[in-house]
Amino acid sequence: MNYIWYFLIIISIIFAAFNATLDEVTKAIFSGCELSIKIGLTLTAIMTFWLGIMKIAEKSGIVEFVSKLLTPVTGKIFPEVPRNNPVIGDIAMNFSANALGLANAATPMGIKAMQGLQKINKDKNSASNSMCTLLAMNTAGFQLIPATVLAILAANGCKNPTEIIVPTLIVTSVAFVSAIVMARLFQTVFPPQKVEMEDKNV
Amino acid sequence: MFKEIVNIISLWALPFIILTILTVAVIKKVPVYETFIDGAKNGVKTGISIFPYLVAIIVAISMLRASGIIDCCADICSGLLDRIHIPADIIPLTIVRSLSGSAAIGVFSDIVANNDINSYTSKLAAIMMGSSETTFYVLTVYFGAVGIKKYRYALLTGICADIVGIVMSVVVARVFFC
Repeated sequence: MNYIWYFLIIISIIFAAFNATLDEVTKAIFSGCELSIKIGLTLTAIMTFWLGIMKIAEKSGIVEFVSKLLTPVTGKIFPEVPRNNPVIGDIAMNFSANALGLANAATPMGIKAMQGLQKINKDKNSASNSMCTLLAMNTAGFQLIPATVLAILAANGCKNPTEIIVPTLIVTSVAFVSAIVMARLFQTVFPPQKVEMEDKNV
Repeated sequence: MFKEIVNIISLWALPFIILTILTVAVIKKVPVYETFIDGAKNGVKTGISIFPYLVAIIVAISMLRASGIIDCCADICSGLLDRIHIPADIIPLTIVRSLSGSAAIGVFSDIVANNDINSYTSKLAAIMMGSSETTFYVLTVYFGAVGIKKYRYALLTGICADIVGIVMSVVVARVFFC
């Protein structure tokens, strides 16, 4: 991540110097901060709400129910997580929320699942295999109904926006499965590193 | 018909989930309000711990977009991609999609506004948009929340999945809408 971040910034500045957009890049630093506040605060509030709801779901046994329902699948995808660990429930809820297109609900649940995985992670600085798989599931963005896209299409006067649902479902399923398969393949190529690689200068 | 069902599902998904959770909880005599507050407290904590990561990535990506390099890349690629039936308008979307969610929505709205809404280009953009997530954002937020510094292969997997998504979008869009 250190190199990627460095690369993003350096390339912006160098390119801007040639492209005469340096002033815009400078402005972007501040507008980026503004945007972070907006996203950060919204995210925090949404997360607060959903973690509250999730706690209720947990106490009333709903999380356990959903996780039992999905255990055959999650067990295969996350072989390193003990079956009775509550994190399985969080992963199941995260997946369900994603599938329903509830991005606002899915993120808090995914973060909760990530925290659960961190608890059983041996090296706290480095992502475990299960964490990478969970991330792959989320970045692939599997969803049954792309609500935002449908809304934009409808707003622009599309006659039948719903006709994109099936094609989208095909694409997203393929991307989702391939993300999990790739995560599996890569975990053998990039084995967990030793702790000595600790955080260099950014 | 199908359209109505989809609309009803999108409308009801969230209210239904909240209703179910609360009702089951009340039946099981869980003190819902106290439990909510108890769980919600963690939200604030997590939100604050994510914040530095969020600023780091959002500022970097804002700078990248402002520099104009994304448009420049799109220009370079367009000639090549035109030949394999990827419209030039789509290219900024493919680049922005995994970097920034709000920017992607902007680019997508732009595409549908400047093209015929029922055209192949608009449909392809819609599929691409609907089948992918903001990889960088998800990565930053999820790992930021737990303080992971070594991402290992997570980014590589995300980017590869995005590429699979883009390729599949083009293939599927051609089958359905060409």
